[in-house]
Amino acid sequence: MPVLSLIRRDVAQAWRAGGAMLPVMFFLLVATLFAFAVGPDAQLLARTGGGVLWMAALLAALLPVDRLIEPDRLNGVLDQLAVRGHSDESVAAAKLVAHWLSFGPTLMLSALPAAALLRIDAGTLVRIEAGLAIGSPALAALGVTVSALTAGLRGAGALGGLLMLPIAVPVLIFGAGALGDGSGSALKLLGAVSLLLVAGAPFAAGAALRAART
Amino acid sequence: MTTLRFDDVACVRGGRLLFEGVSLALGAREAAIVTGPNGAGKSSLLRIAAGLLEAAAGRVTRNGAAALADENAALDRELPLGSALRFWARLDGREDALPEAMAAMGLVHLAPVPVRMLSTGQRKRAALARVIASDAPVWLLDEPTNGLDSEAIGRLERACATHQAAGGIVLAATHQGLRLSKVQILPLAPTRDAGA
Repeated sequence: MPVLSLIRRDVAQAWRAGGAMLPVMFFLLVATLFAFAVGPDAQLLARTGGGVLWMAALLAALLPVDRLIEPDRLNGVLDQLAVRGHSDESVAAAKLVAHWLSFGPTLMLSALPAAALLRIDAGTLVRIEAGLAIGSPALAALGVTVSALTAGLRGAGALGGLLMLPIAVPVLIFGAGALGDGSGSALKLLGAVSLLLVAGAPFAAGAALRAART
Repeated sequence: MTTLRFDDVACVRGGRLLFEGVSLALGAREAAIVTGPNGAGKSSLLRIAAGLLEAAAGRVTRNGAAALADENAALDRELPLGSALRFWARLDGREDALPEAMAAMGLVHLAPVPVRMLSTGQRKRAALARVIASDAPVWLLDEPTNGLDSEAIGRLERACATHQAAGGIVLAATHQGLRLSKVQILPLAPTRDAGA
C-alpha cells in the first residue's frame, strides 16, 4: 500500500527529527506560563484553564506547519510521487494522517499534566480529552491544508498562522464550549466541524500541491 | 509497446515562451538527447514528458510509466542511503531490484552512509539507481552526467544500453556527451522571447 508507506515514512521522520515533541513541549509551556501569569488563584485557574488548554492546543498545532509540505516539495519528493501516478489528494490525505499521528495522541497525553498544573477537575478533563480526540484531526487537517497553500512562499510560517487561526475559530468555539456544556451538543457540533475539515482537506491541499508544481 | 511522442509541443513558463513546435517520436529501444543553452527549456521538456507540467500547445503521448531523475535527489537526508532508496523501491514494489541497481551505479559501499554526507555526484548516482531499480520503461534523465566522474558516466551508459536492449526508452537532457545507441539529437533553440 503506497499510502501506508508514505504515512509510515512521515511519522518516522517527525519522530526522528524530534519535531513531534516540539508541539507537546510548547503546549505544556503555554499551560505553565499561564499558571504563572494568573497567579495561584485555584478557582480562577480552574474556571479559565480549559479554554487556555484549547488555545495552547491550537497554537501547538500551528508550530510544524512550515515543515509539513515544503521540505518534500523542495527535495523533489512530491514530484517523484506525482511521476509515479499517486494523486495529489492521496498524498495530502497521507500527510494529514501522518501529521495527526505525530501530534494528536501526544497532545492528548500531555493534557493530563497540563490539567494538573491548571487545577482542572476530573469532569472537565474528561471533556477536554474528548474534545481533543474529536477536534485534533481538524487541527491536523487545517495544518496540512495551510502548509500546502503556503509551500514555497517567503515567510510561510507567519502567513500560515494568519491563514489558519481564523479558520480554526469554529474548532475553538465548540471545543472550549463543550467544557461547560453537559448536554454534549457542543461536542456533536465539534464533530461536525472536524468531519467537514478532515473531509475537505485532502482536496484543498491536493489542489494546492498541484498548483505549486510549476 | 513503449512509445513517447511529442507533436508540435510548446512550453510557456512564467509568461515566457520557452520553445514551440517541438516534435519527437521515440519507440522501444530508442533514445533522444535534448541539447540547448541554459534556459532553453530542457528541464521543462522533461517535466512535460513526465506529466508534471502541462504543455502550452501540442500533444504529448506516453505509452508506459516514466521514471525521472532530475536535480532533486528526493531522498531523506537523515536516512542511510540504503534505507532512503528502499523507501522508493518499496513504493514501486521493486525491493528485489534495488541491490542490483545500486551495484550498477557503484553505490553498494555507500548504503550505510547518511544521504546528507554524500557528494553531489554520489547523490546523482543514487537518483539514477532509483530510476534503474524502477521498472518504468521510459527513463527521463535531466543532466544525468552532472557531477559524475568518467567511471560513473560509463556505468550510466551501460545501464542505458541494458535498458534499451530490454525495450526501454531513454530521453536525456545534457550538455556533456552521453553515448547512447539509436539516439536522436533534439536541439532546443532559444526563442526570441526566451533570449530577450
